[in-house]
Amino acid sequence: MPGRTSLRKWLYKEGNAYGFLSIYALMFFIFIVVPVLAAFLLSFTFFDTIQLPRFIGLRNYITLITQDDTFMKYVLPNTIQFAVIVGPGGYALAFLLAWVLAQLPKIPRTLFALILYSPSMTSGVAMAVVWKTLFSGDQIGYLNSFLMNLGIVQEPIQWLQSPDYLMTIMIVVTLWSSMGIGFLAMLAGILEINPELYEAAALDGMSSRWQEIFYITIPSMKPQMLFGAVMAIVGTFQAGAIGVTLSGSNPTPQYAGQLIVNHIEDYGFLRYEMGYAAAVSVVLLLMVLFFTRLSNRLFASEE
Amino acid sequence: MRKNWFRRFSGVRNRGINPQGFHISQLKFYLVLLPLAAFMLLPIVFIFSSAFKPPDELFAYPPRFFVVNPTLKNFTDLFSKMSSSGVPVSRYLFNSIVITLVAVAASIFVSSTAAYALSKKRFKLKQTLFAVNTVALMFVPIAVTIPRFLVIERLNLLDTFWVHILPGLAMPVGLFLLKQFMDSIPNEVIEAAQIDGASDLQIYWRIILPMIRPAIATIAILTFQAAWNNAETSTLYINTESLKTFAFYLSTLTTTATGANAVAGQGIAAAAALIMFLPNLIIFIFLQSQVMSTMSHSGLK
Repeated sequence: MPGRTSLRKWLYKEGNAYGFLSIYALMFFIFIVVPVLAAFLLSFTFFDTIQLPRFIGLRNYITLITQDDTFMKYVLPNTIQFAVIVGPGGYALAFLLAWVLAQLPKIPRTLFALILYSPSMTSGVAMAVVWKTLFSGDQIGYLNSFLMNLGIVQEPIQWLQSPDYLMTIMIVVTLWSSMGIGFLAMLAGILEINPELYEAAALDGMSSRWQEIFYITIPSMKPQMLFGAVMAIVGTFQAGAIGVTLSGSNPTPQYAGQLIVNHIEDYGFLRYEMGYAAAVSVVLLLMVLFFTRLSNRLFASEE
Repeated sequence: MRKNWFRRFSGVRNRGINPQGFHISQLKFYLVLLPLAAFMLLPIVFIFSSAFKPPDELFAYPPRFFVVNPTLKNFTDLFSKMSSSGVPVSRYLFNSIVITLVAVAASIFVSSTAAYALSKKRFKLKQTLFAVNTVALMFVPIAVTIPRFLVIERLNLLDTFWVHILPGLAMPVGLFLLKQFMDSIPNEVIEAAQIDGASDLQIYWRIILPMIRPAIATIAILTFQAAWNNAETSTLYINTESLKTFAFYLSTLTTTATGANAVAGQGIAAAAALIMFLPNLIIFIFLQSQVMSTMSHSGLK
């Protein structure tokens, strides 16, 4: 039987490899591939978790674009504002800090790296305790008391309940914890660069540190830059729950801190419109894809 | 003498990337870093400080940042407490410890075996599968919370211990870092072992695992952070109170702390926040050099 012998041959040649891969592949398939496909499929249906999903074509997407006022008026602009500042801003900050750290000897460098990295080890739930005290709305809140002492404000401000401040606080808090493994990867990348490159450039007359950064450092560590960029993008969108954590309510006060992730949760778990929530999820995944493509363009290694 | 001292810190030797010692030109970097590091440390110092504050200091007016009369009262209060549904706090902590240990061990095993196949074995789909995993680096789990819920419901994993462990095992970053690190092990080492008649399992266990320790330490940290800090799984997938995690318990404290028990709540919440944070810090301090050597292989081409 030829079929059997070729199967046996294949098993002999490649069987072990698939054996080693199998558990990971199974988990990957169940918890990543299937949910993404399911989100995609559900986005074309009406699904309230009680009845079976009913196919409605593109109607969810059309509603999203034409009728969902909250989405267009608050969620999308908020998400873009948040993502643009936290994403590229946090990324640039991570690179600059990594570069500065690389200019120091090993012991102070390790110490500072630990300090800068430690916020990203904290969990949202643990930090909620801290933020709620620091930004507490009454006069025993630390920020209020500090500002009132300086005479900058006269009355305590409801920082976390105020539509004027919530977004700013969300951005600061997220930036604070954004020096994660992308930051460590970039630091390692800078340290790996062959010092002879800098010497050669100095001989060729390159004198400013900025020139060094743009013509030597960044081009020599494009792979790490790209890894850092992907981590920054994912981190930014993954951080979307922060507004709800801080203000303690979904929707956030006057939708001031409402991001796309909260919108999904709002429709999915509070209103049980799963099909519609899935459509919003697909939009979110496409946004991540778009930004990753963009950074790919910037940092792809020429090969 | 003085001149010598000056020359030591101003010569060319210690300038530029990765210097051996102190140099005057580094002063400007310290000037930037010190205030920034102090600012970034504030919230973390605050966790430590408020965990040891007695009640009158927690609610003092004007508020004081640092603790004056440190006390362990918040910790004893925390562990003598029951949650509103009658589960002792130590139970949540126990759950978290068990879940985290199992998750870390399982994740190391699952990712490293898969990385071995992708790095050192030859098979047709190798490049494709690694590419798929690389695309999945940008996977944002929070985006598909709902379909994930439906999948977990279908698999009858709701309200089980395993729902804490299994979804975290598919960790694209972990596999990616392990595979990249393994690529730096020369193939000759493995070929030599094959000639000596070693099976794949023996090669994986005796040669690969000892050589990728730094990468394993990194995966261990990443999984640890994900599992230990996870409150979401308990919120979404678990109904039985005695199966929920410590992180979840902490999240209930912050949402109810505005209610009637605000005074008692804030102290124990601060103590719990410290317990949440401290293990992350300690583990990272011990493993940081391993993490850094893994990260130099992290490039995405």
